[in-house]
Amino acid sequence: MDNVLSIITFIPAVAAAIMALFLRGDDAAAQRNAKWLALLATTATFLVSLFVLAGFDPSNTGFQFVEEFDWILGLKYKMGVDGISVLFVMLTTFLMPLTIAACWDVDKRVKEYMIAFLMLETLMLGVFCALDLVLFYLFFEAGLIPMFLIIGIWGGKERIYAAFKFFLYTFLGSVLMLVAMIMMYWDAGTTDIPTLLNHTFGSEDFSVLGIHVVGGLQTMLFLAFFASFAVKMPMWPVHTWLPDAHVQAPTAGSVVLAAILLKMGGYGFLRFSLPMFPVGSDVMAPLVLWMSAIAIVYTSLVALAQSDMKKLIAYSSVAHMGYVTMGIFAANQQGIDGAIFQMISHGFISGALFLCVGVIYDRMHTREIDAYGGLVNRMPAYAMIFMFFTMANVGLPGTSGFVGEFLVLMGIFQVNTWVAAVATSGVILSAAYALWLYRRVVMGELLKEALKSITDMTRREKAIFAPLVAMTLLLGVYPSLVTDIIGPSVSALVTDYQAAIPASGDTQLAQH
Amino acid sequence: MTPSDFNTVLPEFLLAVFAMGALLFGVYAGKDKTAPMLVWATSGLFVALALFIGFGGSGERAAFGGLFIDDPFARFAKVTILLSAAAVMMMSQDYMSRRDLLRFEFPILVTLGVIGMMFMVSAGDLMSLYMGLELQSLSLYVVAAMRRDSQKSSEAGLKYFVLGALSSGLFLYGASLTYGFAGTTQFAGILSTLGTDAVPLGLTFGLVFMLAALAFKVSAAPFHMWTPDVYEGSPTPVTAFFATAPKVAAMALIARLTWDAFGTIPGEWGQVLAALAVVSMFLGALAAIGQRDIKRLMAYSSIAHMGYALVGLASGTAMGVQAMLIYMAIYVTMNVGTFAFILSMERDGRPVTDIASLNMFSKKEPLKALALLVLMFSLAGVPPMVGFFGKFYVLQAAVDAGMTWLAVAGAVASVIGAFYYLRIVFYMYFGKEGEPLDSNMAPVQWVMMVAVAAAMVLGVVNLFGIEPAAAVAAEALVR
Repeated sequence: MDNVLSIITFIPAVAAAIMALFLRGDDAAAQRNAKWLALLATTATFLVSLFVLAGFDPSNTGFQFVEEFDWILGLKYKMGVDGISVLFVMLTTFLMPLTIAACWDVDKRVKEYMIAFLMLETLMLGVFCALDLVLFYLFFEAGLIPMFLIIGIWGGKERIYAAFKFFLYTFLGSVLMLVAMIMMYWDAGTTDIPTLLNHTFGSEDFSVLGIHVVGGLQTMLFLAFFASFAVKMPMWPVHTWLPDAHVQAPTAGSVVLAAILLKMGGYGFLRFSLPMFPVGSDVMAPLVLWMSAIAIVYTSLVALAQSDMKKLIAYSSVAHMGYVTMGIFAANQQGIDGAIFQMISHGFISGALFLCVGVIYDRMHTREIDAYGGLVNRMPAYAMIFMFFTMANVGLPGTSGFVGEFLVLMGIFQVNTWVAAVATSGVILSAAYALWLYRRVVMGELLKEALKSITDMTRREKAIFAPLVAMTLLLGVYPSLVTDIIGPSVSALVTDYQAAIPASGDTQLAQH
Repeated sequence: MTPSDFNTVLPEFLLAVFAMGALLFGVYAGKDKTAPMLVWATSGLFVALALFIGFGGSGERAAFGGLFIDDPFARFAKVTILLSAAAVMMMSQDYMSRRDLLRFEFPILVTLGVIGMMFMVSAGDLMSLYMGLELQSLSLYVVAAMRRDSQKSSEAGLKYFVLGALSSGLFLYGASLTYGFAGTTQFAGILSTLGTDAVPLGLTFGLVFMLAALAFKVSAAPFHMWTPDVYEGSPTPVTAFFATAPKVAAMALIARLTWDAFGTIPGEWGQVLAALAVVSMFLGALAAIGQRDIKRLMAYSSIAHMGYALVGLASGTAMGVQAMLIYMAIYVTMNVGTFAFILSMERDGRPVTDIASLNMFSKKEPLKALALLVLMFSLAGVPPMVGFFGKFYVLQAAVDAGMTWLAVAGAVASVIGAFYYLRIVFYMYFGKEGEPLDSNMAPVQWVMMVAVAAAMVLGVVNLFGIEPAAAVAAEALVR
């Protein structure tokens, strides 16, 4: 199993190629075959990825399962995982079969739909496994294409605007990152990520166009990467593509977008920004922390005012990602542990919430909150599951949502008390919008005529939610499942980061 | 002419003899009836010569006292020119035959144009350079006006001719200034009179005039005005030809002139080329947004792409030349694939070039739509398509040469440019159902399009080995 990472990365791509070449027609039988093949491929990917988890040694903070081949232009095809990335790989392989199962009722161009999702899985796994800058960029960027098509072809009414906005926003962010990557190659002479992690980029102040840059090259590189990852996260104020994309995307597209694609931004910060540009990160950290705090409060308030369920959950995602960036740039063990934990748990919870919206959207074909009310009378099982994930989203102790937020707040409190205070108020706001949404949709009398004949969840839908409920609870009561795996790698990251800072402690003073 | 001279120009010589023979044959053997056969014979000869040059050539040789140079750089450019010209000829035959456009002069004129291009990339002297350039240009003027009963086609030919003559004039003026100040027209001679510092003002002027003329030939902004009109007015196969081989030849010629004759002062011409590159990239990207006609859109797209290739040259390093060669090879391949599709666009047997006619094309022709999607993303430079590596490589060359601002400009322009390629994808996949296009496509066109699309994806493995070849070529030029 030397190249297990390549195997899991390319199983979905191979399945997609088989589907494209050998599946003919668009009748019911062909659609069924496409769905089963996709489910089979994603499940196989998940099963093989369990070998990665089983063989992973948490105490080793270096990269494991490394494979390396020469590629074009002096680049390398190099894959590997460490404590930071392995859980994202697992998250992806775990969620994809559920996503495929969740779009079982799609009947518009099913074959292409499945191919798009399978390609997307390959590219997402590639992002988390790549150990070469350009290989990373390749997977990172290429992921835009299937998502662009998923939103544009299978999306809602305003899908075209949303698809273009999604593509161009993220593309602009990433080409700046590409230039920064070329700069790094030029400076360090390699695109190998493990080598770059040990390379120190220049941090002497210099002037560009008359502007004095504290932290020099590192700050410039940090900003270029920030442009890409902040859009991807997304952070306030460049989050505006996300609500549009979410609202217009089909349910399964929203699930993948919220649960996995957003995590690429956070992963990027942890893989590149913090360890490679510690001085640059340190210079910019106060700004990022405040941006995160504003994001939490502002987007929570915006969420309160939404009348569209998906939009509300999308804004809630932006707020939760605010905790992630805050934890990452607190740059201590609890903060980063919490950030990763929050990303994993948000993967389950937000995915489940979008699926919850999907369940009633499939029945009523509207996402307006006002169109619902009193669902508990006809859909007790649904009410139960929606309740559970609403609570998890709020951060109820006992669910994974609580652990992540708590760790992050603990981490940030040691760094910046004011930011922590502002962010904590976001916890209250998130309870407000989430519970209010729940009350309006599920509780009360069932008055609307159209809802009188609504049916409860089918067995297939329940089966999709079961693993998500299990994981949310499991991580909520036994968080060391995650922290044991990420702990050593995060601790090594924090140690290196702190060691790089004192050498230029005076720049930090100059900044304040 | 000594035997060794003859050996060096053998491919060009064979082509010239072929062109004359074909002319006689065409005149005596029934004129246009022979044209399809001539097209195939010409394409076959191009491919054979490409293989002969690619595998047979080695080392560096000069002929006619340095007028003509045969080195790896010239061979790389020649192979690219011959193969792309052959591809375009093959896929045009069906289109032109069905519209009664195929005259037997067409393959002959293309052959003559190709000879001109081959001389351009091998030029070692301003004289031979000009000769090649004019042979190429005159052939192109005529083929642009091939559709004699169409106003637009005649207009395209005339416009191209008038502006082309102006650029030739500019070139001659620059060349005469250079001769006056350097005392020789040989590249090697010019190079040896140049110091590394204080360049005579006259030489700088001469260089700028010549670069402006050549910028016209590659249609780099601000010398691009003829491009959209000529692309739109010419018959589509001719447009396809314009977009491929002559671009490679002219770009290689710029590299040849700047390095062989002015190689000691890359800083001087680097600035000029960088300015041309930035203007081209942005103008190409911005002006294409409003286009409704796919041929005009491809014209602006080619302007933008020339900007990127110039970024490579502007770096003033061997790596930059290599990046330019790789970029051009990828560019012509993408264009061959795209034009194979454009040639097949028709409704009720009449050619259409309106982008909106692609509405929901993906529903009717999933495979062709997918191939075009790959080509569009490749043209936009989105990984993992091969087009991305072209961009990556030129940007890398720019950063390597300390021109980070140029790389940033290129990156930003590529985002703007992505928009109009996406719009084609948008019509194919998300548009409203409209009157569909005919679904017949000549087998050659189909093969070209699908093969190129597949190559754009599979090339990610090793770029089909053009990288080492381009490296050898670049090293031969930059010493």
